[in-house]
Amino acid sequence: MAVTHDAHVEHKQSWITRYIFSQDHKIIGIQYLFTSLFMALVGGFLAMLIRMQLGFPMAKFYWAQWLFPGGFANNQIKPDFYLAVVTMHGTIMIFFVLTTALSGGFGNFLIPLQIGARDMAFPFLNMLSYWLYPPAIVILLTSFFVTGGAPGGGWTAYPPLSALPNAAPGSGTGQTLWLISLAILIIAFLFGSLNYITTILQLRTRGMSLMRMPLTIWGLFVTAVLMLLSFPVLFAAAIMLLFDRSAGTSFFVPSGLVIGNQLVQHSGGNPLLWQHLFWFLGHPEVYVLILPPMGIVSEIMSTHARKPIFGYPFMVASIVAIAFLSFLVWGHHMYTSGMHPLVGTAFMTTTLAIAVPSAVKTFNWLATLWRAKIRFTTAMLFAVGFVSLFVTGGLTGIFLGSPPIDIYFQDTFFVVAHFHFVMASASLFGVFGGTYHWFPKMFGRFMDERLGRWHFWLTFVGIYATFFPMHFAGIAGMMRRIYSTQLYEHLQGLAAINAFVSVAAFALGVGQLIFVYNLFLSLWRGRRAGPNPWGSNTLEWQTDSPPPHGNFGEHLPEVHRWPYDYSVPGASEDFIPQTVSASRAPLPIHGGSSEEDPPRT
Amino acid sequence: MPRWNFTTMADPITPPDPRRTARQLSLVILLMIVVGGVAMTLAARSRWWLPPVASTQGIEIDRLFYTTLVVTGIAFVLVHLVLALFVWMGGRRQTAAYWHDNRTLELTYTLTPAAILLTLVSMGAVVWGRIHAPPPENALVVEVRAEQFGWFFRYPGADGTFGRVEPALINARRNPLGLDPADPAGQDDIVARGGDLHLVVNRPVHVRLRSKDVLHSFFVPQFRVKQDAVPGVTIPVVFTPTRAGNFEIACAELCGVGHYIMRGKITVESQAAFDAWLAGQQPAAP
Ligand code: HEM
Ligand SMILES: [Cu+2]
Ligand SMILES: [Cu+2]
Repeated sequence: MAVTHDAHVEHKQSWITRYIFSQDHKIIGIQYLFTSLFMALVGGFLAMLIRMQLGFPMAKFYWAQWLFPGGFANNQIKPDFYLAVVTMHGTIMIFFVLTTALSGGFGNFLIPLQIGARDMAFPFLNMLSYWLYPPAIVILLTSFFVTGGAPGGGWTAYPPLSALPNAAPGSGTGQTLWLISLAILIIAFLFGSLNYITTILQLRTRGMSLMRMPLTIWGLFVTAVLMLLSFPVLFAAAIMLLFDRSAGTSFFVPSGLVIGNQLVQHSGGNPLLWQHLFWFLGHPEVYVLILPPMGIVSEIMSTHARKPIFGYPFMVASIVAIAFLSFLVWGHHMYTSGMHPLVGTAFMTTTLAIAVPSAVKTFNWLATLWRAKIRFTTAMLFAVGFVSLFVTGGLTGIFLGSPPIDIYFQDTFFVVAHFHFVMASASLFGVFGGTYHWFPKMFGRFMDERLGRWHFWLTFVGIYATFFPMHFAGIAGMMRRIYSTQLYEHLQGLAAINAFVSVAAFALGVGQLIFVYNLFLSLWRGRRAGPNPWGSNTLEWQTDSPPPHGNFGEHLPEVHRWPYDYSVPGASEDFIPQTVSASRAPLPIHGGSSEEDPPRT
Repeated sequence: MPRWNFTTMADPITPPDPRRTARQLSLVILLMIVVGGVAMTLAARSRWWLPPVASTQGIEIDRLFYTTLVVTGIAFVLVHLVLALFVWMGGRRQTAAYWHDNRTLELTYTLTPAAILLTLVSMGAVVWGRIHAPPPENALVVEVRAEQFGWFFRYPGADGTFGRVEPALINARRNPLGLDPADPAGQDDIVARGGDLHLVVNRPVHVRLRSKDVLHSFFVPQFRVKQDAVPGVTIPVVFTPTRAGNFEIACAELCGVGHYIMRGKITVESQAAFDAWLAGQQPAAP
């Protein structure tokens, strides 16, 4: 079962096999993180272009015309390029930034370290998984340079628009590249998730029972299961759409379509089929983006509040419940799609059911903060911010989950505001918090806390300033994915709010440069960190920073307790690592015997 | 404050006075999120809010919206107040409590949201059912056909039956809907080309929604009506306008480059005015 490690250490490693084509999970995790950072800058820049147009539709952007001679005319963005920018922004942020940073980055780095393994179960597969990612990026970004430009059908790529090359400029080669790129990235995700599941099930060190796993691992584990079950569906759908586009099949295109003046030669397909397949992935995907941050936040919060996480069994149960229910709610994206109204009622019930475990998690975090002794590190600030963003975004989900209300809000900026809070921003806060928290473990140095705090304040205030007013644009009926709000009568009053949002978004965007600066500065100049600078209990902190190849010394650590023994009354320190046995640190038993050494399962 | 210097970066392990940061963070939560959020919502009602409602279903949807707004608003304020309070307290404590389980508390905060959500679900289900009830007998039947990037409206004419359409016959100028000249039922159909969709105030409408090319969405903000137009199928949309006047159809589903200009016009008028208008229309007879 255990990886035969010694053979592994022996062989000489060249610089290339060590840092480029590395099979070490830590290096792969860091590669994933840095590549995601690059893509985040691209995706963030695209967001700025969107906001330029929506906030200042009359302004002239000479520099942008110079940068994108094809996408701008008269120093103003062209409608087809605008839609391409929106589409690529969404695609990049969801698949190429957050999924890769969380599952690829933190998943890779943390899983073996936190369960006490020397590496992933399949290191070679792990390397392959990373190395599918850069080609996918290249193919995706190439679509900007082909005839017709990047796809403009939204990140959801609904056919027939995305299926018929002459339906829109971006539906030509650009859309094909988008599908191929996504298919490649999905293979990378599947390699990764297979690996994570196997590793967590097979390679836990002695004593690491399931109910002693840190919540980060629970989040990543359940996420991997979600990915393994849902991404193949999108993969199949993407292949089917490719076939519709180039092999003459008609999965998604019905008969009798006329584009321009031309009868389309397809028959028998159904556009709604794509929506069902897409959202069967799409909804679990948003949990793929939020479950790992939930784990990360629980970890950070417990550590820096010096207090056990509240309601560990409920936390685990709610992660599992959310994951299970997430496969039954996809139809809430389709209330107005034309599916049978009765189906809408069913999806409404499951959707509001999934709000219950989400609420439970929130209350558990609040209970964790109660009577805590909080250490306000940057990581902790982001963890607290996460709770706020998740609540704000989660509550607007209750509107959208109710089909009658959603009739009005579907495809408006209310939805854009909702998911930027609950998924985009909250998830990003998990990434930021996790980076500040584990950076010392990754590189043996701290990130600068003063810059970190500036980054936090600007981001937290910036996000509320950017996305909160978007709700009102949505309430006023502003549709998403529209190039201009100037034509519709009911949108006439929205110029001020859109300009405000844009200014806030620019500030938010610039604020992120502090993070980038801090990151690279700290790589070279950060203060040195010891093995366990935060006084944490989990296994990764019981080895060097950065951990050696093989993670732990000669012997794998042995686990004797759950990971959240902080501030145990009577203990000599305010934390008791998982490796400390009951006999080495006799524990006064608190309120029953649940914390005694023999397994907590 | 020491001057900022690369080599002596801020100490991460003993961050500044926790009381101060706790105060700052709880103040931001309190002022920006709770006070700011509530104030902005109240202020927004005068300028950036639901357009005045103009249909029966809209009244019900609005009621549901306000109920949900109150419920979620209370939760929003309460949770953030608690968060601010705990953060503020957490900065002052010298020791943390070793406390991590309380079944009663946990069951309470599992079952309370469940009960509230169940109530909202039931209310939503009732309204949803009513909105999708079959069209009443006296409903005005009209076909709305979406295409890149505009709307066509067709009335069945005196015989009350729509004539057959055949996509192959579509010709942008002469026969935009592809009416089949061989079908007698189509002879008296009335196609309002590029004109308004005329509706009768307080009379239910049964829209038969179709699309020529890609997905579109028939969105009339004041009616609180939105329904995707899906090529290949005809989807019924039923509603009752309650206010005479002019309204706009917005396309709410991304349909290509001209998505943002895909407007349509609606005139809601009295039955008499409607009849007069209809009488003045030329049958399509291709
Ligand atoms: C600086 C931060 C960001 C800003 C200012 C921003 C802004 C926007 C705006 C204005 C839109 C709506 C465009 C439209 O529908 O007309 C949008 C769409 C979207 N954004 Fe962001 N965004 C940001 C960050 C993110 C992040 C981190 C994610 C990660 C999930 C994300 C995911 C999306 C998605 C999925 C869409 C939908 C794209 C589509 O309609 O196909 N955004 N963004
Ligand atoms: Cu969903
Ligand atoms: Cu349209």
